[in-house]
Amino acid sequence: MRPLSRPLLVALIAALALLAVFPQFVERYYVQLATKMMVMAIFALSLDLLVGYTRLVSLGHAAFFGLAGYALAILQRDLGFVSLWTTLPLTVGFTALVALLLGALAIRTSGIYFIMVTLAIAQMLYYFANDTKWLGGSDGMFLDAKPTAEIFGLQLFDLKNRVTFYYFALGALVTSFLLGRMVLASLFGRVIDAIRCNEPRTRALGFTTWRYKLAMFAIAGALAGLAGYVGAAQDGIVNPAFLSWHQSGQALVIVILGGMGTLYGPVVGAFALIVLEDVAAGLTEHWLLFIGLFVIAVVLFLPRGIASLPLAGCVGRLRKRGGGAAPLPERRAAEAGDD
Amino acid sequence: MTKSFPTTRRRFLSAAARAAGAGAAVSLLPAPFVLAQPAKVKVGILLPYTGTYASLGHNITDAMIMAIEEAGGTLGGRPVEYVKVDSEADPAKAANNTNKLIFGEKVDFLTGPVHSGVAMAMVKIAREEGTITIVSNAGANSVTRQMCAPNVFRTSFTNWQNCFPMGPEMMKRGHKKTVSITWNYAAGQEMISAFKEGYVKAGGQVVKEILLPFPNIEFQAHLTEIAGLKPDAVFTFFSGGGAVKFMKDYHASGLRKSIPLFAPGFLTDGTLEAAGEAGEGIVTTLHYAESLDTPLNKRFTAAFKQKTKRAADVFAVQGYDTGQLLIHAMKAVKGDTKAKKEIITAMAAAKLDSPRGTMTFSKSHNPVQDIYLREVRKRDNVVIGVAHKALADPGTGCGMA
Amino acid sequence: MDVSSFLVQSLNSVQYGFLLFLVASGLTLIFGILGVINLAHGSFFMIGAYLAHWLQLKTGNLFVAIALGLPLSFLLGLAVERLAIRFLYARDHLYQVLLTYGLILIFNELQRILWGNDVHGVPIPAVLDASVPLNETQSYPVYRFFISLACIGVAAAMYFVIHRTKLGMLIRAGAANREMVELLGFRVNRLYALVFALGAALTAFAGMLSAPVNSVYPGMGEHILIISFVVVVIGGLGSIQGAFVGAMLIGFVDTFGKVFVPEAASLSVYAFMAAVLLWRPQGLFGARPA
Repeated sequence: MRPLSRPLLVALIAALALLAVFPQFVERYYVQLATKMMVMAIFALSLDLLVGYTRLVSLGHAAFFGLAGYALAILQRDLGFVSLWTTLPLTVGFTALVALLLGALAIRTSGIYFIMVTLAIAQMLYYFANDTKWLGGSDGMFLDAKPTAEIFGLQLFDLKNRVTFYYFALGALVTSFLLGRMVLASLFGRVIDAIRCNEPRTRALGFTTWRYKLAMFAIAGALAGLAGYVGAAQDGIVNPAFLSWHQSGQALVIVILGGMGTLYGPVVGAFALIVLEDVAAGLTEHWLLFIGLFVIAVVLFLPRGIASLPLAGCVGRLRKRGGGAAPLPERRAAEAGDD
Repeated sequence: MTKSFPTTRRRFLSAAARAAGAGAAVSLLPAPFVLAQPAKVKVGILLPYTGTYASLGHNITDAMIMAIEEAGGTLGGRPVEYVKVDSEADPAKAANNTNKLIFGEKVDFLTGPVHSGVAMAMVKIAREEGTITIVSNAGANSVTRQMCAPNVFRTSFTNWQNCFPMGPEMMKRGHKKTVSITWNYAAGQEMISAFKEGYVKAGGQVVKEILLPFPNIEFQAHLTEIAGLKPDAVFTFFSGGGAVKFMKDYHASGLRKSIPLFAPGFLTDGTLEAAGEAGEGIVTTLHYAESLDTPLNKRFTAAFKQKTKRAADVFAVQGYDTGQLLIHAMKAVKGDTKAKKEIITAMAAAKLDSPRGTMTFSKSHNPVQDIYLREVRKRDNVVIGVAHKALADPGTGCGMA
Repeated sequence: MDVSSFLVQSLNSVQYGFLLFLVASGLTLIFGILGVINLAHGSFFMIGAYLAHWLQLKTGNLFVAIALGLPLSFLLGLAVERLAIRFLYARDHLYQVLLTYGLILIFNELQRILWGNDVHGVPIPAVLDASVPLNETQSYPVYRFFISLACIGVAAAMYFVIHRTKLGMLIRAGAANREMVELLGFRVNRLYALVFALGAALTAFAGMLSAPVNSVYPGMGEHILIISFVVVVIGGLGSIQGAFVGAMLIGFVDTFGKVFVPEAASLSVYAFMAAVLLWRPQGLFGARPA
């Protein structure tokens, strides 16, 4: 991955500063709307790690978003965990573990099969939540209280306050972004880069590529879990719609419209789409029609999305620990196993 | 005076500014002194206006507005602004829609919804914010049980209320073995378990509980299963299009000849024309019937018919009583919506003359009402008795009960 | 479960399986020959059902409605291929997913604009509105036999076309090796358009047939789409036999799942798919990936 250019860095910092003071100037309705955007932003960002950086087109990413919501609800209702310090790591850890298991099944396939299988897996979880009394069926589950944030009996902050919750979500978003950058900048991230550019060659270099792909699947799942955690805690509600394939589809749209393979693109995309939704839904009941047309127009006229990572940009060098450098050709990976 | 979402952003902002201005004026002067142009009372309505439950949403809304118009079109002397949001009966959108009404529109009262899942989300937020809320249909038990709150009232029913009395009635008729079939969602599950509670207590046995994913209406495999189980009776809950489809499929499968069908009244309310022959003979329990022979009910059904050109039904009655409860409470505080405590006290003590009969509220703010026994004869729900007089929900788990 | 219940449930399974086959065969053909993953495939099912409802209201007869609806959906398929799908042939799957997802949004909104958001029932034609008594307690609706017969008819016609005609030869060749057909100088564009429109019409036909049984409601296309994906994944992409076997298997798993594991009724088919994938990641009839 490349370092951020200076103007971009300035823009990101300015945006962050703007978000930091935002709740002081607007009504509570917009505070909760902006919180919703950040949830979606984290979720889309996590999908970008798969779609943009690893070329694993998942149409079932909502599985992990919803799973985390349900995990939080169950931790609270059935297991009596109320603290942020326990529920957050347990939820995210659990989501990562499930992502590892389901990923192991999905990674066996590739290309179009991978799309269908991820979709079917998410749908399986959807129906499981929808049909299980224990999980509240189609009505979903309700959290009685917000996670508490205490240290030695002292309340650090109160998530019941919607402005405090906003800052909590903002913190989660910034953390996800930095975490994503860190992962991609590591040696692991460079192998992922190589896999995207040319998987057979990376394999030939001695990397067990499926392990890297699976690890990325789990990391993306964990971040989606973080988004689901914040999303479920916000209104205290989690229902099967969290797991629905429209949730996955919307994230995919956001990633591609915002610019895949950038991490900040999906954040911008999420903000744009939710503002658009709020405004357009006010103008016409049939605003989805225009979103649909817009999506099609982007595919037809902006063949690479708005600002996606170029497929032909694979010029980095891949080093195996202590080994020599191996240049990678600027060539798209063969879509193995599609036909 | 009716405004409905979606609102444009600009309109929304200006409305918010106006509301803020009006709020300031009111807080400077005590309400009774604002004689020239009393501020409007904002009543938020979250009901489905599209989809399967659209007709329910319209009937509740129209009857509620009718009740307030009959009382002069004002609440405690203040004009009323109705802010309608289409819930689409979609629990996934419920939190957003409730936020719109409470934070965006800053409504004084919140009413609705039809769907229990929407109700749960709505009540959850209303509890946190303290907005006075009247649930005008959704029967989810927990609204007036575990989730009960001083500011939350209900003018409809609990799922428990309408099904519990059916158990003893079926035993009285000698049906000892029953199969239940419903949608696998909270309302369905609560109705079946209430029925089962009464039925098992009376000595009956539920041999199988069939649950379909909501809103699946492909019953064929399950009807085959029922035929194989050969129970004495079937207890079912479906509503709207699903109810029509179930009655028709049950009829077509030939089961109706040998296995009688029992249900809460929602199966046969507003569905009998569509079901035709397939509805005849079904026995139901409900807190209302159009054929109730009381002067108030006759006046109500006639007025509703004249206003809307539609027949009144149980949903219209619930809307009407929601209007009545608002009138009653706002009269008690002379239109001062800031006096929340007094409004709540007045609502809790209300004794309403409802088309369904006299109705009071239990400690958990749920109606105490008669449950009627009805049978479908010539496409009409004929009252054949009272299954349970002045039945109150136990309110289990409610701190106020 | 006694024998008669078992037989009737099998009848239910087969009937559902046939319906699924109509939808899944279109999906798998479009993938096999055009190389396009079409998320909007389920929308044609929904459109078919709404056409049946609407034309039935206008003409008063379901058969007339189907006769009119079939060419309409075929034309719609042609139009969609020409205006959108055609640009996807050389594109990455990601964009195929995105564009066809956009199509779903459009079709769903058009459905809301044209027909509203209500659930509609479609009456069973009077000729077929009867039940055949099976035993002392139970009867079987004639219309369900009719669905199965109609599906068998279509499947047989498909078999004939694919195995006995020149068009079928091209389709088979195209599914096996797209480039070769192009190299041999056939007008592949036309073949593609035809296959896509046929797939759309097949699916719409399934929607029309099932309208009286399932009612007509918003979002009905998406459920069937995802189940068809499962069928195709189990059967193997691009394989018609695979689609048939997959559809029948899912018909049985779904129906008997409802009876034996009612708590996990909707789940059973997905669990079954996972099991198949563990065993054969390329599906039962799919070619082993290179």
